[in-house]
Amino acid sequence: MTVTDQAPAGRHVGRPLRRKEDPRLLAGRARYIDDITLPGTLWAAFVRSPEAHARILSVDKSAALERAGVHAVFVGEDLADLAGPLPLAWVPPGVEVNNPEHWPLARGAVKHVGDPVAVVIGEDRYAVVDAAADVVVDYEPLPAVTDPELALKGAPFVHEQFATNETHRWSLGGGDLDAGFAEADVVVERRVVNHRTAGAPMEPRGVLADYRAGTLTLWSSTQVPHFLRLFLAILLGMSEERVRVIAPEVGGGFGSKLQVYGEEVLAAWASRKLGQPVKWIETRSENLAVTHQGRDQIDYVKIGAKRDGTLTALHVQIIADLGAYNMLLTPAIPALGAFVMSGVYRIPAVQTDIVGVFTNKCPTDAIRGAGRPEATHLIEVTMDQLAHELGMDRLELRRRNFIPKDQFPAEVAFGIVYDSGDYEKTLEKLLEHVDLDAFRREQEELRARGVYRGIGFSTYTEICGLAPTRAVGPQGFGNQAGFWESAMVRVHNTGAVTAYTGASPHGQGHETTFAQIVADRLGVDPEVVEIVHGDTATGPEGRNTYGSRSLAVGGEALARCAVKIADKARAIVAHKLEAAPEDIELVDDRFVVRGSPDRGMTLAEVAGAAYLNEVPEGMEPGLETTTFWDPDNFVFPFGAHACIVDVDPETGKVTVQRYVAVDDCGHAINPLVIDGQVHGGIAHAIGQALYEQVQYDDRGQLVTGTFVNYGLPTASELPSFETDRTETPSPVNSLGVKGIGEAGTIAASPAVTNAVIDALRPLGVDYVNMPLSPMRIWDAIQGANREGGSQS
Amino acid sequence: MSGTVNVRLTVNGVEHTLDVEPRLLLVHALRDELGLTGTHVGCDTSNCGACTVHLDGKAVKSCTVLAVQADGAEVTTIEGLGTEDDLHPMQEAFWNNHGLQCGYCTPGMIMAATALLADREGEGMITEEEVRHGLEGNLCRCTGYHNIVKSVLDAASKTGEMVA
Ligand code: FES
Ligand code: FES
Repeated sequence: MTVTDQAPAGRHVGRPLRRKEDPRLLAGRARYIDDITLPGTLWAAFVRSPEAHARILSVDKSAALERAGVHAVFVGEDLADLAGPLPLAWVPPGVEVNNPEHWPLARGAVKHVGDPVAVVIGEDRYAVVDAAADVVVDYEPLPAVTDPELALKGAPFVHEQFATNETHRWSLGGGDLDAGFAEADVVVERRVVNHRTAGAPMEPRGVLADYRAGTLTLWSSTQVPHFLRLFLAILLGMSEERVRVIAPEVGGGFGSKLQVYGEEVLAAWASRKLGQPVKWIETRSENLAVTHQGRDQIDYVKIGAKRDGTLTALHVQIIADLGAYNMLLTPAIPALGAFVMSGVYRIPAVQTDIVGVFTNKCPTDAIRGAGRPEATHLIEVTMDQLAHELGMDRLELRRRNFIPKDQFPAEVAFGIVYDSGDYEKTLEKLLEHVDLDAFRREQEELRARGVYRGIGFSTYTEICGLAPTRAVGPQGFGNQAGFWESAMVRVHNTGAVTAYTGASPHGQGHETTFAQIVADRLGVDPEVVEIVHGDTATGPEGRNTYGSRSLAVGGEALARCAVKIADKARAIVAHKLEAAPEDIELVDDRFVVRGSPDRGMTLAEVAGAAYLNEVPEGMEPGLETTTFWDPDNFVFPFGAHACIVDVDPETGKVTVQRYVAVDDCGHAINPLVIDGQVHGGIAHAIGQALYEQVQYDDRGQLVTGTFVNYGLPTASELPSFETDRTETPSPVNSLGVKGIGEAGTIAASPAVTNAVIDALRPLGVDYVNMPLSPMRIWDAIQGANREGGSQS
Repeated sequence: MSGTVNVRLTVNGVEHTLDVEPRLLLVHALRDELGLTGTHVGCDTSNCGACTVHLDGKAVKSCTVLAVQADGAEVTTIEGLGTEDDLHPMQEAFWNNHGLQCGYCTPGMIMAATALLADREGEGMITEEEVRHGLEGNLCRCTGYHNIVKSVLDAASKTGEMVA
């Protein structure tokens, strides 16, 4: 049997099993980073720049060092023995990226508010914070720049040595753009601002480093323990097997913990230097100032169509504000959006041109969706305007341009091949939940009473399951890593199973969904399948969790690994029962001889034989194996979302009345978990659309440094969501699955924005940039009143 | 540096006497002095509610209370509500309804939710809107609150008093 014969649905796969990881989380028995302390642990507190841009003239540590319990104060120059600066892992072939050195502690100058200048290490958590306040730093302020379009015009420069604020240019395109626009009867142009947001997991970052006897053990609230181990070894000049990284329980990441952070390197370095464990727990104020942020693009969009709605060309120029430094994947993020720039539509010519810009702000990098929410937002809001200008129904325009389902696998203009899709089907299902005629009647009636209600749609696809190496690795997109995933399955003597995955979950529920996958393939209950993750010392080398890759790459690796075990089990059963291996099949919880179901063995019996070496001639004893899986393609989840809002034209306040999502992530492993991912994803995007914005003033001072002024949505600002699914299997993996962790976030912001614009069109408003705050909406209405049309 | 102060606390039914710095927050006394790490810290401005515990039966954010202010009080933390093998009905409802993902907000959310229901005992079935308002002080980044609200309504419908 080959793995592709394996039917995806089974006894456990497809069931809404409640999660195995939950009891410890519910009872307060989980161990997050701040719950771990070792004897002799020292605490670290950072001295951070209050300036957006300044030269460091001097640092006076003396008062801090005089405090009781303070062991050391370090500045950038003290870390001279690091093998190099913090890594940028994206080296796109043929593209030059200006890349300034970025150190765990600043050397000579600070480039954004919060840039660390010194670290105080001492015995008491509170006392090191006091001591950090005693470190006197003399700064010579330099002019700062925060607006990326201004930054592109010239000085001041964030990094003088480049004599420009431009970081790089990168393009992806295909088809004849000029011919496409020449053919168009209608061309719509828009400037779409996709503002800066924070990942804001509820657990801030934290690290505990313990260097002893030549070995480093480092616990970090990270999504990427395997990457972190590699870079720690490199930067500290240690042999890789001497470094162990453990991601304990991680309280959410959303991309913000897909990073190699200076604090992680510093803690490890300081533990080695001081011979004691060193711990640092980020405060929320630090988290909102220095944990990498997301989005922050200005998109110039131009789309052309014929009178009948047929799209002819799309050109997008992206100005990507990358902040002050390149972090692990900073400049690669806007480029990810280019891979799905044409969305669910057939467009013969598509071109994305990206220019990256340094500003005196916190660096950006991957935040839930990473480039794809921006791409989806710009095309979906532009499609609505195009429909308006064509005098065509918005959904009709979409339908007319959908890639038809019989064209999959579908190659789009710039060479990416979408694995599978049925966009018509998800839209149809959405409209079963939303009675459009009734909505329009209601909308009319409400308008007569002064209530502005609108409906917005978003039909999307996204590219995820990050892999294959061929496409995203060094020879392709330029990330300096392979993007396979690993799995190891160990069946114990009793038939209990421990399975290791190289994915590193932080809320996604792998301990349950991955156990369901293994259980089906080995004929055991998920209860006796333990999924181990997030520890570089226990399982095989892994590639971690991000980009909705865990299931489609890691889950598939595990499925294949379990099938290898099942194959061996069948050979052992055949040997013991004197049958042919081809005649052994798994029926429920037993491997039985086809045609005589009373002759068979359970996995426990097979394991017993395997460990007693009662195996066929030439076969190794034991029941354990490892698999690495690098797929042939990405996977492309898709769906159709609708949002209904009320807008109060007097105050500009937007209220989400209903949100309906129909998503297709291929075969469902656990519907409960899928719905949960979709809910969270939608909430994240509604947060961006209506409330959340990282703001700096013109001088580079951070305005949104706490949860008082960075507005995460609360329960009272969100509705309950209505979710449904279609299942179009992916041909890329045997499970037929696609990712779902980011889909909601990718889909939702244009649905909300389009709903608001739909509500306000009678008032002459035809576009508003996010966040759709009362002030901005009110301004748009006033502007429309003045001009009889608006662009704000 | 000021000296220490003597504080008596009854936590989850067990009496403790602690010598603490006057500025020590209750949440740090619980976590660092008593080892009750189920109560979490998610912010420094009293916005997130991850640190919610019951102080003399009322839900409070333990990051906004000094340990000395809790002198003589009864504190219940998530560890005092139920155990992994014997979950409180609210914990069970969160489990059944997938009311948690990363779990970081969960203890605070559950402590806030149990207090919310207890506070309105005898007032009839709680509505979705009341639950959403009642949990306004607790942030969750993972769930979009959908399944949290569902969990609380489910728990309410199963705990006699709360049902109309
Ligand atoms: S930690 Fe107490 S409210 Fe955030
Ligand atoms: S479950 Fe992660 S923050 Fe609520």
